[in-house]
Amino acid sequence: MNRKDLLGLYDLTTEEIEEILRLGLYFKTALKRGEKEHPALKGRSVVLLFYENSTRTRTSFELAAKFSGASVVNISVATSSVQKGETLVDTGKTLDAMKNDFIIIRHPMGGAPKLLAETVKAHVVNGGDGINEHPTQALLDMLTLKEHFGRIEGLKVAILGDIRHSRVAKSNLYGLTKLGAEVRLFAPKTLMPERLEREGAILCSSREEAVRGADAVMGLRIQLERQKGGNFPSLGEYAKYYGLDEQILSYAKKSALVLHPGPVNRGVELTSAVIDGKQSRIEDQVLSGLSVRMAVLSLLAGEEKV
Amino acid sequence: MIFKNAEIVQKDGVIRADITVEDGKIAAIGRAEKGDAIDCTGYTIFPGLIDMHVHLREPGFEKKEDILSGSRAAVRGGFTQVCCMPNTNPVIDNKVVVTYIKARASEVGLCKIHPIGAITKGQKGEELSAIGGMKAAGAVALSEDGKSVVNSKLMANAMLYASDFGLKCLCHCEDASLAEGGVVNEGYNATVAGLKGSLRAAEDILIARELCLAESLRLPVHICHVSTYSGVQLIREAKARGVEVTAETCPHYFTLTDDVIRTFDTNTKVNPPLREEKDRLAIMEGLKDGTLDCIVTDHAPHHEDDKRVEYDLAAFGISGLETSFALSYTQLVKGGVLTLPQLVEKMSANPARILGLEGGELRVGAPADLTIADLNKKWTIDPKEFVSKGKNTPFAGREVFGKVVYTVVDGMIRYSLARENKA
Repeated sequence: MNRKDLLGLYDLTTEEIEEILRLGLYFKTALKRGEKEHPALKGRSVVLLFYENSTRTRTSFELAAKFSGASVVNISVATSSVQKGETLVDTGKTLDAMKNDFIIIRHPMGGAPKLLAETVKAHVVNGGDGINEHPTQALLDMLTLKEHFGRIEGLKVAILGDIRHSRVAKSNLYGLTKLGAEVRLFAPKTLMPERLEREGAILCSSREEAVRGADAVMGLRIQLERQKGGNFPSLGEYAKYYGLDEQILSYAKKSALVLHPGPVNRGVELTSAVIDGKQSRIEDQVLSGLSVRMAVLSLLAGEEKV
Repeated sequence: MIFKNAEIVQKDGVIRADITVEDGKIAAIGRAEKGDAIDCTGYTIFPGLIDMHVHLREPGFEKKEDILSGSRAAVRGGFTQVCCMPNTNPVIDNKVVVTYIKARASEVGLCKIHPIGAITKGQKGEELSAIGGMKAAGAVALSEDGKSVVNSKLMANAMLYASDFGLKCLCHCEDASLAEGGVVNEGYNATVAGLKGSLRAAEDILIARELCLAESLRLPVHICHVSTYSGVQLIREAKARGVEVTAETCPHYFTLTDDVIRTFDTNTKVNPPLREEKDRLAIMEGLKDGTLDCIVTDHAPHHEDDKRVEYDLAAFGISGLETSFALSYTQLVKGGVLTLPQLVEKMSANPARILGLEGGELRVGAPADLTIADLNKKWTIDPKEFVSKGKNTPFAGREVFGKVVYTVVDGMIRYSLARENKA
């Protein structure tokens, strides 16, 4: 992959995505065998610069870097200090001066990773920026699908939930459509952003329409922290009219997978029966995440070709 | 002094003549025989441009701009008069601040500067500011600038009370509860960029309210920086009903669309936000059919520190004084939307008429406020050349036509391109 940064799937070519998935699958197979030592980033350093809380993504990136042989530093910045503390540009310059090779950034504002990438020499990986993109999350979803089905092309993927505040949905839409999947979206009107049909999405008017005949159904986390109230009356009503339960899931293919970026609000976007059911790949997604992040780091580092 | 052999733009057309200036006034228009002459062959003269919506930042935000740098930017852009908005620190809400600005303006002595007072004290939307005192000290209008007066009763009172002093309210129209954190236009580009959008309705709702108030109270009102196609239509319909409304727009609203936000270039962040192509076309249509009376810059200079941050955190605004005429001439006259006399009317006579300022026409006995431009001159916008402290423009690298070569205020040459090139 001939680029300095991974900012989003919008900018990636089909070939680049396929390259990441190929290498990701290689790492995933190795991890399943218990092989955790890969030398791609030996002697390099990775900074995790997180302006938002995260357990899953941060741990995943940290392990990916460590399994690849890098030394890792964690920096947490309280969101409140974004407004009054050091500017992102200055923080970037400082981290650059310390000769860091990679900066993984998570930030509550769209475009922040791009601003950082323009400032620093280090490789920048977007670990989620506001309501813009979360490329490695989409890549791990795609890896999970690719491993299971052997292909992405032709798959029908339904994404349900808070699309408006979901960087995961957008990155998945860009990535999946580039690889030839059909992406159907369904959300309450208050949580559906404008004009995603222009990016190839099929906008559905019911859960049933979105899920019917699908190969995979993805429930999105209700981003309670990223929205003020007023988008729907209550969590109970949301679960009833917009959530994924076994009855709605029955419209999908019998072989359909259930995905969720986690952490799940049990009984809100997915019922426990669905989360713990045999179609669920939520735990498998976690291993896929580790694998694609290893792939992204080593490809950006210019090492390891498959 | 004689400005010889120029094309002179008048309301009804363009004539070739000389303009003789004596004692700061236009003494003659026609053939002049003798005296000190500046050869204006190939140049066009029009009444000094007037920008009724600028931010000069002084007092309080001199890091962004001050009255000297703002005045230099004004005359470099061909403006002989500017009206400065009250969102300074302290806010222009009493005669002391008005008097300070007038005094600084005359010390600087480049262009005429007319302060606009805040509608409410401290722009807090709670009680009326010292309107009578500000008028007496030289304020030419009132504006809450950057926000709307939320309380409709207070706004009605403001319009009524201001009318006793012959002042108009210039209304920034934005429903803050609907705009709620929006930094760009709500639409496709906001979705893909992952930036929070603000609906057209956030602007239109307040345009509609101000029109309703003006109609009910039978008072004039002026709508600031119209950016939506639907806002243009609301104003058009109100005018047809006889509401005494005037309205302005800015070069960025008829030149750019929100396609440019996708780079996250914070110089594209402006309030109201850049909209879509149908808005851009409607703004031009509104200018053409007279719905929109004038072109202003909403000159909003910012320091790089306020722009070199995350898009959400960046300050709103575009530094516009030094590009307004060329952008407008290129987009509207070269683009076949307006004739040159019509453009000049929207940048000079109409603002003068709306605010009751002297100027806006070339006639014997009027103050010799002249803008002299080389309309055939093609140049490239380079913010590094700006004399404004605000280098924040989304137009860097854009090729435009029409370069101001002289700006004359009360008969004195306050800007000369030749002198700038020599320096």
